[in-house]
Amino acid sequence: MALATRTAHPSALRTLWGSTIGKKTVMAGTGVIMLLFLIAHMLGNLKIFFGPGDFNSYAAWLRTIGQPVLHHSWYLWLQRTALVACVVLHGVAAYQLSRRDRAARPQRYAHRQPARGSYATRTMRWGGVILGLFIVWHILDLTTGTLNPRGEAGHPYEDIVADFQVWYVDLIYIAAMLALGLHIRHGFWSAAQTLGANSRTRDRALKAAANVLAAVLTAGFVLVPVAVMTGLVN
Amino acid sequence: MNLTLRIWRQRSSEQAGAMTTYEVRDISPDMSFLEMLDVLNEELILRGEDPVAFDHDCREGICGACGMVINGQAHGPERTTTCQLHMRHFQDGDTIDVEPWRAAAFPVVRDLVVDRSAFDRVIGAGGYITAPTGSAPEAHATPVPKEAADTAFEHAECIGCGACVAACPNGSAMLFTSAKVVHLNSLPQGAPERESRVLGMVAAMDEQGFGGCTNTGECATACPKGIPLPSIAAMNREYLRALRKGAPGRV
Amino acid sequence: MTSYSDFTVGAPIADTKAPDGPVAERWDRRRFEAKLVNPANRRKLTVIVVGTGLAGGAAGATLAEQGYRVVQFCYQDSPRRAHSIAAQGGINAAKDYRNDGDSVHRLFYDTVKGGDFRSRESNVHRLAQVSVQIIDQCVAQGVPFAREYGGLLDTRSFGGVQVSRTFYARGQTGQQLLLGAYQALSRQIDAGAVEMHPRTEMLDLVVIDGRARGIVARDLVTGRISVHLADAVVLATGGYGNVFHLSTNAKNSNATAIWRAHRRGAYFANPCYTQIHPTCIPRSGDHQSKLTLMSESLRNDGRIWVPRAKGDTRPPQQIPEHERDYYLERIYPSFGNLVPRDIASRAAKNVCDEGRGVGPGGQGVYLDFADAIDRMGREKVAEKYGNLFEMYERITAEDPYTRPMRIYPAVHYTMGGLWVDYDLQTTVPGLFAIGEANFSDHGANRLGASALMQGLADGYFVLPATIGDYLARHPHQEADPGHPAVAEAVADTEDRLALLLSVDGDRTPESFHRELGALLWEECGMARNDAGLRKALDRIPQLREEFWRRVRVPGTGTELNQQLEKANRIADHLELAELMCLDALHRTESCGGHFREESQTPDGEARRDDEHFSYVAAWEHGGDGAPVLHREELAFEYVHPTQRSYA
Repeated sequence: MALATRTAHPSALRTLWGSTIGKKTVMAGTGVIMLLFLIAHMLGNLKIFFGPGDFNSYAAWLRTIGQPVLHHSWYLWLQRTALVACVVLHGVAAYQLSRRDRAARPQRYAHRQPARGSYATRTMRWGGVILGLFIVWHILDLTTGTLNPRGEAGHPYEDIVADFQVWYVDLIYIAAMLALGLHIRHGFWSAAQTLGANSRTRDRALKAAANVLAAVLTAGFVLVPVAVMTGLVN
Repeated sequence: MNLTLRIWRQRSSEQAGAMTTYEVRDISPDMSFLEMLDVLNEELILRGEDPVAFDHDCREGICGACGMVINGQAHGPERTTTCQLHMRHFQDGDTIDVEPWRAAAFPVVRDLVVDRSAFDRVIGAGGYITAPTGSAPEAHATPVPKEAADTAFEHAECIGCGACVAACPNGSAMLFTSAKVVHLNSLPQGAPERESRVLGMVAAMDEQGFGGCTNTGECATACPKGIPLPSIAAMNREYLRALRKGAPGRV
Repeated sequence: MTSYSDFTVGAPIADTKAPDGPVAERWDRRRFEAKLVNPANRRKLTVIVVGTGLAGGAAGATLAEQGYRVVQFCYQDSPRRAHSIAAQGGINAAKDYRNDGDSVHRLFYDTVKGGDFRSRESNVHRLAQVSVQIIDQCVAQGVPFAREYGGLLDTRSFGGVQVSRTFYARGQTGQQLLLGAYQALSRQIDAGAVEMHPRTEMLDLVVIDGRARGIVARDLVTGRISVHLADAVVLATGGYGNVFHLSTNAKNSNATAIWRAHRRGAYFANPCYTQIHPTCIPRSGDHQSKLTLMSESLRNDGRIWVPRAKGDTRPPQQIPEHERDYYLERIYPSFGNLVPRDIASRAAKNVCDEGRGVGPGGQGVYLDFADAIDRMGREKVAEKYGNLFEMYERITAEDPYTRPMRIYPAVHYTMGGLWVDYDLQTTVPGLFAIGEANFSDHGANRLGASALMQGLADGYFVLPATIGDYLARHPHQEADPGHPAVAEAVADTEDRLALLLSVDGDRTPESFHRELGALLWEECGMARNDAGLRKALDRIPQLREEFWRRVRVPGTGTELNQQLEKANRIADHLELAELMCLDALHRTESCGGHFREESQTPDGEARRDDEHFSYVAAWEHGGDGAPVLHREELAFEYVHPTQRSYA
């Protein structure tokens, strides 16, 4: 039996998606893509401090990327599609792995240890769910404008300012960004571990890099609502 | 010292179990945890009760037979095996909870005894170097850089006790599997089967019902032999490398 | 139950399998003369292997690779846990990588001499020859031996020999070698070539028409008794040191397989030869369940001493230099702390008997590293012995860097075992014994780092070559499961377990084991004498009688019942102990690990009596009568017996 199965050549992709390590790899890969996007997104957001002109023309420029090869906004749609695919793959893999993990420990210990892992590690699953919900709200708010108090296409600066003048929007946004920071803090190092990039010599550096990334991204994103609330941006 | 023990009692895999409370007196701080259980068992026998079943053998921390979750920690509060844990690490009057390893892949056999044969099947799926007796070349034919030999040794120290699985919130066997993969894959002798080994062992590990890794690091914290967490990263690297090379897996 | 007041002498026994001719050619000759089994016929032949240590694991894997059908058993939950795993020091091999004058002949010579001229030259020479292949084999399997910076294997000198021939993997050589064998075995299990039965214990041997044809085994989880039939049976079940209760053996190591085989006709050779290791951690109290060995290498740099005055209870640091007795350095100025194991052990016993022992109960001596730390620096000492120091501190809560270690001897290895011929076959045709379970290669004393060598030699190379000869001469013929011998073996086993469960007395199995162990340690331990042995021979039958009257085994036989397992093993220990004492009593000479106080030189050294005792004592079970002694005379053509002297 063992010999017969040895000669079977399942496709690498099928093996990847079929194994726990493979699913984690998918999560790590999609996580890294989303992280790269978030870095760019955060840097773009900070242009808000240069005023509505700069910011709105930056937003308009985003729609021209790839021209004249690509039609207007095509690049953006490609990117959006890729990102949605990432979110879905990341989420589906996480869901399937979580179910498997729960099944692997059907009976819990009677003596529950005070948790030892970091807060970030322990909140990956629920943090991920919160971020998923936030993404939906965020798209409805600032991409489609459906939930935005102003919601005028082509005027993102004004939409943002309108948004963050509502206290609960600030609250949701800042809470989500803190969740994002925590998620990245464990996720970045974890992705390195999953993709096999970690080693004993790199372990500390990777953990430090994860902390820095988490802090910088959270701070970068939170700056915007804070600036609106304090009137620095209006 | 006098202690209160709350021990998981379960007559067989089919029957339900429960935590049961026992008192033990005059425990010497120099006793090992297992010797303390010996004292309890001697009393239980004379009282006409069933003694507590637990796996143990060498009692010097190397065979990997013993293992119980003590106050929520695999092998208890010290980083060692249960047989090398001494009662001086507890206080007079303490209440100590003792439970078996909990994992779907390690069903309870009786009381604190679990079935860890899943580990043997993971090893059987590639945790070896094919070198039938008599086929070996002269030992010095292939020098092994000291660094590689040391890495191999450090990972070969795994005793297969299962503490990593017991400590992992997901009941994952990644640390156990990675220890063997890294041991054999860091040696030139292990190179010809490098890809099939990691693919086969990971597939077997998943098949046995262990959970996945969420990189919480609990396994490496509990490991009495100090197998390092980056060992898992090394296995992931080997696994992805093998997939890229399209080596024949076993699934 | 039997009681041996005496013994009778039977016909001499001889090893008929070892070829004549020059000793260096005998193994080749035997292999050439042995009949071979056609590869196509091998898969029809089933071999049962009991035990998965170095010998059993290696044999199971190798026989399966050769194409035999292997059915293997171990009482542990996994074949990886056999007690070979606990061996620390290393494995000898005559590789001469150091160019320091080592050779197969020197390893042969050292082993015969170290065994105090009580082993067979043919066997020992073969062991030395095969040692070289073992290292090759293990390296190919990925055993991570220690290496030099150039990538070549490192060796060290061990146990007082002058050449550096011991290969090692830090302090875990046994573990690494065992895992190598276990992995090879796992490969065969996965391929379906080995049918593995973990948590299954052999409780009897099935002998049909004079041949070993199978075993009776108990599934330790369900309690089910089953019969397994085969063309040959191999016992690789280790030694019987646990007869002493406290030993460095694993808690569940036991003599049941070899003792049951003995009762079914296999002779038991030299049962009194036990090795007592000098550097173990002393007992800390009555609760002690086992003893932990610490590598002998500690004696390379540590100095052993006790206070000069009796009953000196001051902490060691407060005892000034001139009030300390470095007794090994005093008595053996040329070897000092590095005298062989038996001498170091006995000297420790002597000073403790004088009332100068240290620690709880006065059962310990100091092993002091203060000078080594002064000379080499703490760092260097830590580098060399750090893990041992840690282990010591974990167990005793004392820091060996600042306070001398306490050590005391403990039972460690049994040189005796089932009698086997050159083919490793016992006196029951078709029953083979390998590794520590046989008596073959170590004579009256085993050298350090030779146990691993012998286990692997037997398992990888010797047995797989010799068992073929037997199997070729006994073509496969289905054993009859309905044979009365099968039913009898099963009934015996079931009756015995039922009896154990039915006594329902007032003492635990453990209490008997403790009592037996203490008695044996006292009377048949490091030093033995006529009166003491007779006392033990009087007491053991009484204890056995009491056991069967007063033991209490809880639970039933149809479930996991660790007390039943234990009681059943102790019942056999209670019989074997008597044979050990009888053998020790009859051998009035001192040799190797067997020290008879009546036979010593004026300066207290062991004195052999080659004229009367240059033989292997092979004991036949006497049924209800007295055991029968069969002598196998030993001839020394190459290594001429000399009296050991370390003064």
